[in-house]
Amino acid sequence: MQRNILEYLEETVRKYPDKTAFANESMRMTFQEVSDASRSIGTCLLKKGYQKEPVVIYMKKHPHMIAAFWGAVYSGCFYVPMDEEMPAFRIDLIFRNLKPRAVICDETTCEQMKEFRDFDGEVLLYDEIAGESADHGLLGAVREAAIDTDPIYIVFTSGSTGVPKGVAACHRSVIDYVENLTEVLQISEKSVLANQAPLYFDACLKELFSSLKCGATTYLTPRSLFMFPVKLVEFLNEYKINTVCWVVSALTMISSTKTFDKIIPKYLRTVAFGSEVFPIRQFRLWKEALPDARFINLYGPTEATGMSCYYEVDRDFEEGEPIPIGRPFKNTEILLLDENNRVPRPGDPGEICIRGTALTLGYYGDHEKTDEVFVQNPLNPYYHERIYRTGDIGMRNERGELVFLSRKDHQIKHMGHRIELGEIEVHVNRLEGVRSACCIYDKEKEKITLFYTGDAQTKELVVSLRKTLPRYMAPNLVYALEEMPLTANGKIDRVKLLNMAQSKKI
Amino acid sequence: MEALLKILTNLHPEVDFETSTDLVDGKIIDSFDIVSIISEINDEYDVVIPAEEIVPDNFNSAQALYELIVRLED
Repeated sequence: MQRNILEYLEETVRKYPDKTAFANESMRMTFQEVSDASRSIGTCLLKKGYQKEPVVIYMKKHPHMIAAFWGAVYSGCFYVPMDEEMPAFRIDLIFRNLKPRAVICDETTCEQMKEFRDFDGEVLLYDEIAGESADHGLLGAVREAAIDTDPIYIVFTSGSTGVPKGVAACHRSVIDYVENLTEVLQISEKSVLANQAPLYFDACLKELFSSLKCGATTYLTPRSLFMFPVKLVEFLNEYKINTVCWVVSALTMISSTKTFDKIIPKYLRTVAFGSEVFPIRQFRLWKEALPDARFINLYGPTEATGMSCYYEVDRDFEEGEPIPIGRPFKNTEILLLDENNRVPRPGDPGEICIRGTALTLGYYGDHEKTDEVFVQNPLNPYYHERIYRTGDIGMRNERGELVFLSRKDHQIKHMGHRIELGEIEVHVNRLEGVRSACCIYDKEKEKITLFYTGDAQTKELVVSLRKTLPRYMAPNLVYALEEMPLTANGKIDRVKLLNMAQSKKI
Repeated sequence: MEALLKILTNLHPEVDFETSTDLVDGKIIDSFDIVSIISEINDEYDVVIPAEEIVPDNFNSAQALYELIVRLED
């Protein structure tokens, strides 16, 4: 019985030791090399006394970073991937919550560690620890004692109070996800994937575990290529990529610039997408360019380990019609609940709630926030059963497929990133010279628009914000107002602000 | 050129677009900005930037971008 994700790696390295597991444009690691490096790192962490605790992996996006993940898991610790481009302010916030004793760095990030005031632990250099000899006896003993509900990773997601929340997931949930996902995507050792998602989100598990479990090869796509569509497709063709799992905005960047008139990603057979609604006009361009490919919509929150639902597109859609999120993976059930915690009538909207093995362990070091959304199933008064309340509103269509409708709060999806508008507002309100602030999201134009009042100059405000917010959370447009429009109840009038943004009457 | 500078400054009020020449290489603009710039140029100048022109050289400075627009307008 499988109870640890590393069993995937161990099985695959037996079958395909010399096959490429993870690669970028300039280097590649075989499964054997990944296995050797991660066992060395695991041994090193153990010998230094780290166990069952968070180990931060703070490296630039690189195959070595992935090997470091498994190294942390070998030691019985859990890895916490960190974005090398994340502002120091945010990293400090995360360190304060996590209190890690060890951080694994590469040559470039190692220098930056000195900037973080809230870290006083040990900095380990990948190149030094990945070469040490592995102690298989020691690693075996750790494995023997490990259980499948131990955490593997913590990934941080936007929090409306201004502090990111760390979602911790365990072996059992990830195994359940990987089995489901690779079956739906039909991943095999012949699959060649191009990763788009940053390694510090759970979205990258799709590629990482396709390689680990099935022996597929994953290429890490340079982030800069997502600005240049023709070069991006050339990259896909050069490495004969046949499978992508990308956010919708990465796909529409290619189709909307009429790239297919020049070049087709001719090896692509499976296109999985998610995180956002795929505009039908753009979807059709993809379908026309790749008539034989399978297109699969994936849906799921980080709190339920990767993805929870899938829908393989099997029919045409009208413009403006949403592509369904379909049905849940095995071992997952989606409950729709109305405001009174009752099941709405068929066709009526309800909050999407998830039950099953996929539920994560909740937010690291924050019972209060965890208990707000991981709650007893209100339909089951008889025994302990947690569900996760996503805050997403959905419905079932006449075919019984799930359809995403909206959010019940101010969380948005922007360029594939999940963002709490409240988190941005907290950062703005902290700045000197700001009296009030409100962020709205113009879905059609995909723009985060910030309105504020006060003496602060727009230019200075933007510069300061970039020091504390990750790039993808920076407002796309910033407007200073004399007065904030208010509703009759004295709340900020978001509808009016949205109208102002859309009509550009500011 | 003025309209273009306005488009760019709206996206990044903190950048001096008249002098910057490493907008892409210096990671000043990202993929979101490129998509916005393309659509705003389309609105403002009624010019569609074809996929093969969406390359770093054309986006590294306001001047290069302006030259591209002029070239496409002809």
